[in-house]
Amino acid sequence: MTTLDFTPAPAAAPFARMVLAQAAAETRATLRNGEQLLLTLIIPVLLLVGFSLAPLIDVGGGRRIDFLAPGVLALAIMSTAFTGQAIATGFERRYGVLKRLGATPLSRAGLLLAKTVAVLAVEGVQVVVIVAVALALGWRPQGSPVGALLLVLLGTAAFSGLGLLMAGVLRAEATLAAANLVYLVLLGAGGVIFPLSKFPAGMRPALEVLPISALTGGLRAVLAGGAALPLGALAVLAAWAVLSLGIAARTFRWE
Amino acid sequence: MESPAVELIDLVKRYGGATAVDGLSLRAERGAVTAVLGPNGAGKTSTVEICEGFRRADSGTVRVLGLPPDQPALRPRVGVMLQAGGVPPAVRCGEWLRLVARFYARPLDAGALLVRLGLADHARTPYRRLSGGQQQRLSLAAAVIGRPELVFLDEPTAGLDPQARHACWDLVGELRAAGVSVVLTTHHMDEAERLADHVVIIDRGRVVAEGSPASLTGAERQLRFRARPGLSLDELLHALPGGSAAKESPAGHYIIEGQVGPELLATVTTWCAAEGVMADDLSIERRTLEDVFLELTGRELR
Repeated sequence: MTTLDFTPAPAAAPFARMVLAQAAAETRATLRNGEQLLLTLIIPVLLLVGFSLAPLIDVGGGRRIDFLAPGVLALAIMSTAFTGQAIATGFERRYGVLKRLGATPLSRAGLLLAKTVAVLAVEGVQVVVIVAVALALGWRPQGSPVGALLLVLLGTAAFSGLGLLMAGVLRAEATLAAANLVYLVLLGAGGVIFPLSKFPAGMRPALEVLPISALTGGLRAVLAGGAALPLGALAVLAAWAVLSLGIAARTFRWE
Repeated sequence: MESPAVELIDLVKRYGGATAVDGLSLRAERGAVTAVLGPNGAGKTSTVEICEGFRRADSGTVRVLGLPPDQPALRPRVGVMLQAGGVPPAVRCGEWLRLVARFYARPLDAGALLVRLGLADHARTPYRRLSGGQQQRLSLAAAVIGRPELVFLDEPTAGLDPQARHACWDLVGELRAAGVSVVLTTHHMDEAERLADHVVIIDRGRVVAEGSPASLTGAERQLRFRARPGLSLDELLHALPGGSAAKESPAGHYIIEGQVGPELLATVTTWCAAEGVMADDLSIERRTLEDVFLELTGRELR
């Protein structure tokens, strides 16, 4: 029988190592999960290919792929930061994983940081795949990559806040249903594929302050319109991020 | 002086109107195995989860290794095995253990621990496909991999087959030998009797008895035999020395307590002969912890 030295030698690992270990585990779990992959990669790529090849939508002048690529990138960010994270976190709470991790030296701040790193890592994979497909379809992005990156980061913060807010309050099954419903509604009404200009004028002000509209509008302004920094979109996303993360921090139940 | 592993004074925990822990005090010494024994719903898990920092006591004092239980400094020093769950269903057995190991500076080797607990062949099996016993063993492994000073095990052998139960017992013995303090909950008397230096019996949120297994069961021995039910014990009691007791519990099982020696044995067998009774399975035994437990917590189901 193997001999093991159980003599106490307790000490926490360095903070960065704990966070990276947890982030790597969460990234692996997402990329291995079929339903998550459907949501984060397959649906966005299908929408991108389908709607850019078939003339199903009126994008109001310009090339369809130049309109669609920024919208699908925004959708991908939302699917990972919001939908995927809400569902995964809801079930982690349900299965007692958050509780068990709370008994390890990984602090709650460390766990949230690990989740952020994991979301960014998955988004990195999504961006590489979607950009590659879009370029193959003839996409010609303009504008500053810094502006686009800033939008993605603020969008990630806003959607993470909303996802954690939902996962921290609702039951896991309710989170699953609600997160998918919100995903569908925002996909339809957030300028991802259907331009906001096609909606009735009375609805537009409300739709424009949705985080997904800010992200699609902002990315389109930069990548299709060549804008430097779309301040309006950045401000809307920052407001959602502050609000949702603030409320989530107060209401999140770990058990 | 070194503080005890766990010290609870007048602990109270309520859920809504129900009082789960009702003024409970106990002390678990360093380097010892302390078993918290009690029927279902006695308040064992609430007590342990307060010590683990998962729940807040409504009142009372809680010190774990001398510190309040929510201190972050305790996390690396205390290993925790939950009663159930705590692992993502899709994660592979070996991956989970290696992940938990990464949270500690000087962990045990995950591979060796998997071998030790009979999980090496299941290292690539997702948690949800492990049997209940294998899941328990993985939780046990995760509780000790960080080389903690103190380990809380909440019903560690629930649902284990006999081999796995013995493997768990051996591991607890090794932890103790290495100087690790262990606090475990159980409702298996044999487990408490075999493993624990100190047994705390709780019922309805209070300590009803505590001590070493030997002190709880007492030095007293009993004479037991089986015979046809309903024998009248009056005459036997007359013949026995003063201070003896005789009872039938359950029907057909007779227990004689008192100065159990050659004389008492002779008195009982003489009485049996006079009554024309054949005593089966006649034996002289120590009281078991189960006897003590049932005496203290009652026999009714709840």
